[in-house]
Amino acid sequence: MAVNDIDCALALTRLIELVDRELDDADREVVERHLQTCRSCLSRAEFERALKGKLRGLSNEDVPTKTLDRITVLLQEF
Amino acid sequence: MPITKEAFETQVMAILGRLHGVASRLTRNDADAEDLVAETIARAWRARDSLTSPIAFQAWIFRILNNTFISDRRRASVRGQAEPIEDAELDDSHPFSIFERLHQPFLLWFANPEQEFLDKLLRDDVDRALAALPERYRVVVIMADMEDLKYAEIAETLKIPIGTVRSRLARARAALQETLWTLAHERGIEVSHAPKH
Repeated sequence: MAVNDIDCALALTRLIELVDRELDDADREVVERHLQTCRSCLSRAEFERALKGKLRGLSNEDVPTKTLDRITVLLQEF
Repeated sequence: MPITKEAFETQVMAILGRLHGVASRLTRNDADAEDLVAETIARAWRARDSLTSPIAFQAWIFRILNNTFISDRRRASVRGQAEPIEDAELDDSHPFSIFERLHQPFLLWFANPEQEFLDKLLRDDVDRALAALPERYRVVVIMADMEDLKYAEIAETLKIPIGTVRSRLARARAALQETLWTLAHERGIEVSHAPKH
């Protein structure tokens, strides 16, 4: 194991921060290097990223007509 | 130079769907979501001098939306019209993970039961699992995952330590996954290669 390599237990504690883009460049590089060699941790990172994407996808929705009408009127008042 | 009326209108209309999507998950009520979006846009227009650059518009107006929600929520709580925002605690003694339930390290390379599970979830399942979270947990998930805010920004908005953001997010995500698991089983979702429980 190289000096900066980490094991799965440590990688797991940092995975969610990787997905949340909370790691600095050095830490991100260490975790990503682990993911290149560990299929299980890579799958976990992909899973967490996909679940986060599902939540983000909730905000892509049509605005109800009533709300749209109200906002249109509001914008005309400015 | 302050943003023009035309540019403001164009920017608002471009992200109105996202504003409403986030507002309706924060409030869990269509009428309150509409009020929150309208109040946010009115406040943003009044505060338009504080917008430093047109490319910062989205982050800027979402910050106004979050602050408006929090202050409305606190005011309603003081008036006794709503429960205080500090509601139920989630137990984190056995954090639930769909991945740990489904992942099998020795499967063939193409098998991916955890991804298959996610693919079979409906948008409504995710919505219901999010809505089922106690408010203070739901709010951090919305900010981190729907709005893509950094932990530090969430901490600043909610006036809580960054360590609390981390712990609430971890508990919230575990609880959300447990609800998704239950909903999936109620709908009879089956995943090939999944371990038997």
